[in-house]
Amino acid sequence: MIISVASGKGGTGKTLVATSLALSLSKNSKVQLIDCDVEEPNAHIFLKPTFTQQEIVSIPVPKIDEGRCTYCGKCAEICAYNAIAVFQKKVLVFPELCHGCGACTYLCPEHAISEEGRGLGVVETGNSNGIKFTQGKLSIGEMMAPPIIRRAKECVDPERVAIVDVPPGTSCPVVEAIKGSDFCLLVTEPTPFGLNDLVLAVGVVRKLNIPCAIVINRAGVGDKKVEEYCLSESIPILLTIPLDTRIASLYSKGITLAEGMPEWQESFLDLFDKIKGLLR
Amino acid sequence: MKEIVVLSGKGGTGKTSIVGSLAVVAQSKVLADCDVDAADLHLLLSPTVRDKNEFWSGQTAFIDAERCTQCGLCEEVCHFGAIKDYTVDEVSCEGCGFCARICPTEAITMKDNMAGYWFISETRYGTLVHARLGITQENSGKLVAVVRQNAKFITEREGLEYIIIDGPPGIGCPVISSLSGADMALLITEPTLSGMHDLDRIIGVCQHFGILALVCINKYNLNEENTHQIETYCHNQGVKVVSRIPFDNVVTEALVRGLPVVEYSDGKVSQEIKKLWRVVEGKSPPLQ
Ligand code: SF4
Ligand code: SF4
Repeated sequence: MIISVASGKGGTGKTLVATSLALSLSKNSKVQLIDCDVEEPNAHIFLKPTFTQQEIVSIPVPKIDEGRCTYCGKCAEICAYNAIAVFQKKVLVFPELCHGCGACTYLCPEHAISEEGRGLGVVETGNSNGIKFTQGKLSIGEMMAPPIIRRAKECVDPERVAIVDVPPGTSCPVVEAIKGSDFCLLVTEPTPFGLNDLVLAVGVVRKLNIPCAIVINRAGVGDKKVEEYCLSESIPILLTIPLDTRIASLYSKGITLAEGMPEWQESFLDLFDKIKGLLR
Repeated sequence: MKEIVVLSGKGGTGKTSIVGSLAVVAQSKVLADCDVDAADLHLLLSPTVRDKNEFWSGQTAFIDAERCTQCGLCEEVCHFGAIKDYTVDEVSCEGCGFCARICPTEAITMKDNMAGYWFISETRYGTLVHARLGITQENSGKLVAVVRQNAKFITEREGLEYIIIDGPPGIGCPVISSLSGADMALLITEPTLSGMHDLDRIIGVCQHFGILALVCINKYNLNEENTHQIETYCHNQGVKVVSRIPFDNVVTEALVRGLPVVEYSDGKVSQEIKKLWRVVEGKSPPLQ
């Protein structure tokens, strides 16, 4: 089973929920955590895994053999992302714009294009107290997160319950991370920002046809509008975590709720049971 | 004219709340919300939309079932796994057009995407340029560029001094699009291990693109030991810490009322944000 943990708005406690859920479940079941927030992966801070494998994620970008090229300009015309420019006696490739679609290589009439890998980041795999841990990490200065997310998700082990930590927002990296999940938990906070972004996140999971439910974090800070929204949209609220300086302090030190306040493990197990119930 | 981008790496550090308050404090500026896929600044500034524009960007493939002979070539060449059983998964399609070019029966056409909207609005603190990326759409980087271009155009036309940009979280495509060519990045962080880890990455991005970075530690008293570490770290990186803002629930109280905190209260948080702006303007020295 794959459960993705998303939020719309950043900093609502998505990683807190994902890591504590993974830890609580790991006592009795086989679990894995996949951190797909590849721009800012943080789950490792809490679960402190030992990494045993690292793989560079690259996309194929064109390499022009100018001995064969006739400067016909076809490749530049084909490329939907303006990653190639052809001049009278020169072909320029802009690798950071290339999506690695392969069209230019396939369609060059002179077979003058081959492909070479361009690294965008890494996927690392390891172990944290029996939890199989995978994270993707985008390199500094790189733009394209989705290929790394795609690769990290290929590490899903069907024998385990997989918890996926999703990046914030509603655009392509989020879709890539949530796609294929059996269930999506949306973590929010009861403020106008939290609500605004929750509504957007619900739009994403509904478009992807994935069942979802809500976790409210820092309950007590803002207003009641998130609860009213959930009620009107019939989205169940499965867990409420209060605003509590002890929790904030644990978080600041990189300690999971499940470890720092073990009484919470019960709540996370209960959360998992409720998800299973909703899927039945 | 100076373009100042407010970024954080990690989400939820208080970036938008601070931008909302800078909108009140700063004179002679245009505001731009470049967090186009989860824009929030409008919740503090209650804008009146003056100009609403469609954002067309990218394409999606469509297969005409009548012409399709089910040869399967398109599925074979697609690098994004977007074609299955002779239909295109719109969400996975990246719009490269490879399939449309090679389909032997020309059964595939590429259609333009209406990928969102962008707006020019009036607020009680001046003009706001903002946008809404369509749900699950790509090309947030391009929409960010459109927002910035328009903010710049208005700033120049009206002879204003600053563009203040509320940037997106992360370090990828929309962040780079918000940052490239700007005059300064103001990085809002918090004293948590996650915040510190992400600060390190966003400082890396600023250095990579040669943009001057200033750091503001928000909610600094949540963990003063970590705050101290951030200051040491910034010092070693040659990055200036310009402000420390205490944690106070008054920020959320103001937010619930739809107000920037400086407009709602005159407490410590508001004082610090006012000071922060003086430092950014170069009228007061930074903390270190
Ligand atoms: S399509 Fe091939 S031959 Fe034509 S310009 Fe491109 S690389 Fe050269
Ligand atoms: S592989 Fe695709 S995106 Fe890259 S340069 Fe060739 S046509 Fe453009």
